[in-house]
Amino acid sequence: MPNTEFSPSIDSRPTYAGLVSQGAAHGIMVADDAGAEALCDLASSDASVMDHAHVLLVGAAAETFGRIETLNPRGLHGAPDLAAATPLIHRLLSEARMGTALYLAGSEGLMGHVSALATGAGLPLEAIQMEHRGSIARRMQCVHCKGITEDVTTDPFTCSHCGLTLFVRDHFSRRLGVFQGVCVDAETPGEVPETVEIRA
Amino acid sequence: MRKLALKVTEIETLSPLVKRFRFEDPKGGALPVFSGGAHITVEMPEGETIRRNSYSLISDPYDGSGYEIAVRREDRGRGGSRFMHTQVREGDEITVSSPANLFQLDLRARKHVLLAGGIGITPFLSQLRQLGMEQKPYELHYAARSREEAAGLKLLPEAAHIHIHISEEGARMDLGAILDGQPLGTHVYTCGPDGLIKAVADQASRLGWPRTAVHSEAFTAPPPGEPFEVVVKSSGKTVTVKADQSLLEALEAAKVEIDYSCRGGACGRCQTHVTACDGRILHNDHWLSEAERAEQKTIMPCMSRFKGARLELDL
Repeated sequence: MPNTEFSPSIDSRPTYAGLVSQGAAHGIMVADDAGAEALCDLASSDASVMDHAHVLLVGAAAETFGRIETLNPRGLHGAPDLAAATPLIHRLLSEARMGTALYLAGSEGLMGHVSALATGAGLPLEAIQMEHRGSIARRMQCVHCKGITEDVTTDPFTCSHCGLTLFVRDHFSRRLGVFQGVCVDAETPGEVPETVEIRA
Repeated sequence: MRKLALKVTEIETLSPLVKRFRFEDPKGGALPVFSGGAHITVEMPEGETIRRNSYSLISDPYDGSGYEIAVRREDRGRGGSRFMHTQVREGDEITVSSPANLFQLDLRARKHVLLAGGIGITPFLSQLRQLGMEQKPYELHYAARSREEAAGLKLLPEAAHIHIHISEEGARMDLGAILDGQPLGTHVYTCGPDGLIKAVADQASRLGWPRTAVHSEAFTAPPPGEPFEVVVKSSGKTVTVKADQSLLEALEAAKVEIDYSCRGGACGRCQTHVTACDGRILHNDHWLSEAERAEQKTIMPCMSRFKGARLELDL
């Protein structure tokens, strides 16, 4: 399955150009289970890219972990979820030098979260490569209570923190790495549009 | 553009070629504060002509009690810096623009590396104060030919992260050593001769730095050149540009309405459409792309000149 193509939207909606090897540059790669496939594709286009890469797999199956291991990356780490991965990402970023290439692959939630950490560490967005694989579930922030709901697949959805019914917007916060959810029935309490699946 | 009528309150010789000027409100009022890297445009009336040059502010951005600039005398220039050096006295009135900034710090950076060549130290003097105030990590490298010429020495504090490279003493600036191994999230800023700006861009690119982490400002004033004529399309009027005048100054003297800001070919404000060009535009700006230059369909009157039979501007 290649890089997902999303329908055109507003300018703030992130787009993902796909991973391209930066050759001998030091690399940090972060991927989830589906995104690991993109790392395999990257390695098959340029096997040497793994010689310089620290790979962090988030919530990946043991089998996936084994596949990446056979590519012989310079370093390989695992974490069960984004929260557990965050301290390790911080450490990799804080030890990295200018010229390091950042490769992200997988869900929008993972890429948004890690790119927000990286831009927070001063890395320009253009230095981050991203490729979308797998679920199109979104990481949504409730603009009212600021709580973040993971893996949102329907529109509207219920905020897991304050319980408001939120409309799924394409409006994305690069600073936080999340899409913005806005109360759907603020003007007409109780009048909630029919729930539909989010599409790419 | 908002103008401020100020008084020259201090003039200090920093080096044989560089003087520091301080301007204050004549009534002691507070001036607008600015951000590190900002400049003002100084009006220099001499007879019928008014020259306007932009100079980086070197004083504390948070201090509204006065503005300070450092001016290097360019004897081969149009005469603006010579005017500042020979005609301006303490107590004189002087008109300047409000500060504008085309060389601001990217405050998202984790660290700032500032590289100055010669008089290119000026924008960094205000940036240093801002970085100090905001407690942001930085290192500054200042390259000059000789200690005598290095006007910035008198204005720089002594600190472990401020490095002086005097080429006459064999201490040249080693760009590879400076840029290699900087922490992720570092931004580099260069101000100085074109050669230095290009060398930094090349070195950063070789080391894989993202382009948006590489910033620069060339501090050139408009160069003099051979006189030439331009035609103003709306009125059909022919305007002569003298050897020591910029095209923008000649248009202003002829009362042709034209917008401007930096007067140094960096901001793009005075970009003017060319409706006829039989000859060659001598592009001296930092705004137009190579393709735009080659097309000869647009010109930056603040910096660029013309050689040929006819140049008509859409003004």
